[in-house]
Amino acid sequence: MSQALQEASGTDSASIKAAAPSTPSPASLQSSGRAAPRCSVRGVTKSFGDTSILKGVDLAIPDGSFAVLVGPSGCGKSTLLRLVAGLEEADAGTITLAGKDVTRLPPRDRDVAMVFQSYALYPHLTVRGNLEFGLELRKTPRAEIDKRVAEAASMLGLEPLLGRLPKQLSGGQRQRVAMGRAIVRRPTIFLFDEPLSNLDAALRAEVRVEIRRLHDRLKATTLYVTHDQVEAMTLADTLWVLNNGLVEQKGPPLEVYERPRTTFVATFLGSPRMTMLDGVIVREKGCFYAEGGGVRALLDDDRFGDSLVEGRNVRIGIRPHDLGLAKNGAPSVAELKVEIVEALGSEAFAHGWLRASGPSVVARLDADEARSVRPGSAIRVAVAPSRMHLFDPKTGLALGL
Amino acid sequence: MSSTEAGPTSRASPLERFIVNALLIVAVVYALYPVLWVISLAFSSGSTPSLRAFPLPHDVTLDNFRVVTGWGDTAKSFLFARQLMNSLVVSLATASMAVFIATPTAYALARYEFVGKRSGMRTLLLTQMFPGVASAVPLYLILDTLHLLDTRSGLVLVYAATAVPFAIFQLRGAFLAIPVDLEEAAMVDGATRTQAFLKVALPAARPAIAVTALFAFMSAWNEFILAATLIGRESAFTLPVVLQSYVGEYNTSWGAFAAGAILVSVPVMALFYVAQKQLISGLTSGGVKG
Ligand SMILES: Nc1ncnc2c1ncn2[C@@H]1O[C@H](COP(=O)(O)OP(=O)(O)O)[C@@H](O)[C@H]1O
Ligand SMILES: [Mg+2]
Repeated sequence: MSQALQEASGTDSASIKAAAPSTPSPASLQSSGRAAPRCSVRGVTKSFGDTSILKGVDLAIPDGSFAVLVGPSGCGKSTLLRLVAGLEEADAGTITLAGKDVTRLPPRDRDVAMVFQSYALYPHLTVRGNLEFGLELRKTPRAEIDKRVAEAASMLGLEPLLGRLPKQLSGGQRQRVAMGRAIVRRPTIFLFDEPLSNLDAALRAEVRVEIRRLHDRLKATTLYVTHDQVEAMTLADTLWVLNNGLVEQKGPPLEVYERPRTTFVATFLGSPRMTMLDGVIVREKGCFYAEGGGVRALLDDDRFGDSLVEGRNVRIGIRPHDLGLAKNGAPSVAELKVEIVEALGSEAFAHGWLRASGPSVVARLDADEARSVRPGSAIRVAVAPSRMHLFDPKTGLALGL
Repeated sequence: MSSTEAGPTSRASPLERFIVNALLIVAVVYALYPVLWVISLAFSSGSTPSLRAFPLPHDVTLDNFRVVTGWGDTAKSFLFARQLMNSLVVSLATASMAVFIATPTAYALARYEFVGKRSGMRTLLLTQMFPGVASAVPLYLILDTLHLLDTRSGLVLVYAATAVPFAIFQLRGAFLAIPVDLEEAAMVDGATRTQAFLKVALPAARPAIAVTALFAFMSAWNEFILAATLIGRESAFTLPVVLQSYVGEYNTSWGAFAAGAILVSVPVMALFYVAQKQLISGLTSGGVKG
């Protein structure tokens, strides 16, 4: 399935960042040709005992691109990253870095740098010692080591911390040291394994931006693994959604968000989750409608084309952000019996039911609208035809792409 | 240690603090009272202890120490120096052997899966169930066959054989507590498997290794029964055996015994003092999240 999906989703997102760094970027000094992907993974499988974790994963990361691999916990993201780093050995498939087949090479011969989820700072070394460790092992000349450490330290604001031990640092500082340790190496590729998951929410948002800023400055090829869809959406040049050991969809994040190819991708990305209702396609006065679960919504002929067949069973997908109050006589698609209104300040979400037996449905309200909507009331909601998603109930594949 | 960690009593009320301190003082007195007696005896003249509630030396003198060390008697002091060296050499050798053998073994047991690992560990554990004395007779016969009776090497072999299994278990626990991430990070950074062990795991386990060495040193330093059994030559005695010789069948020189006890304790106390930083240190903390 994943193969077909990847070929179908043609757009290759080799969107090299335009942002010009003020200083010559270290990564560009060693960049090889633009054409071949900096990192490519082909048909990689991996099992632990009888459990098959990766079932044939393909990835291609262009030079200088930020790739995010996203998927639910336990789907094998860390395993894939460890395969690229050489900490695990692939059962089958090939891994190429900078044009070199590294599938069977030990980690030290791969020229990758990794930021671990736990940071994995060497406890007996100072911050400076941690930064120098990899360079000293590689017998880098002293002057070069000092230069790179100074550069990374100033980039990350680590100068005042250079003499400290890891245990004397806060969580955010440790995270920065872990990134610094990767940066001084100037590797072929940066690997990040959920580097923000141990930070509190405010810091996480801050460091997220900082990571993207660093990437744009260094133009460093990056493979970043996370289960957090906000990180995935905001950081990625290309998003790779991993599920059940296969890549289910890849593409620029907005494209994946707006045109999910499977029910899994549709519900995994987006918060609150996309509402899924069982329904059927009906035809009336030359127009197609999706009907079911209390919804009756006009469909866009151009978008769904031939897949609109009267009487066809479908899964109807509507994102809460696309479902709003029907205004000024716009045709409503359903009547929502409101149970709770969650006001977030800038916007609000009304949770309720379309039908007594149906699933809980969420609609988005403006802050002003939210004031007039009371729990227990019924509101008429609408969705733009272009925002409707239809899926085949059997295969889970999206219709009309 | 660090200023952010508040002590357990810092938030307590004055009354609570008073009670805690009182209890601690009682505990310290309880533990130190016999030691005070020994000190008092060692510095007193005369050989019979006089029983008093408060152990203060009477007629303060260093005579007992002179007796023990053979002050002014060249042959005797030479012998004592030799016996002190015996103790030091045997204990240091035991500690080094224990650490050198146990560290790689413990690391392998903590990090690798291999055939016979479980049964091997169970066997090691089994050997810990029997006190060394239980095998005193066979050990005597074995050392006799190897012509190692009355030698320091023989004693070291025997001590190391008992110290190694314990050290292995202690160090294996220490290595298990070090996250594998650290060594993996080192390998991604360019280290070989061996370098990851030597440059990351080993330094991270240093406090545990220090404790293990100290334990092995002390068990050898204090051991009496096997030493008394396997060593018959006076010049090969270790200090515990020397000490015992002051407790005679007919008369006991308590003052000399006490002075000897102090001389035996001083190196151990010094070691503890030197190693205390390693002993308390939580060196691994902070490298990984937490
Ligand atoms: N060394 C291993 N031995 C056995 N099972 C493993 C090992 N490493 C990972 N797994 C299993 O593989 C699955 C995927 O793990 P992981 O790659 O860590 O997932 P993710 O990072 O996506 O949360 C999990 O079910 C995990 O239990
Ligand atoms: Mg993981």
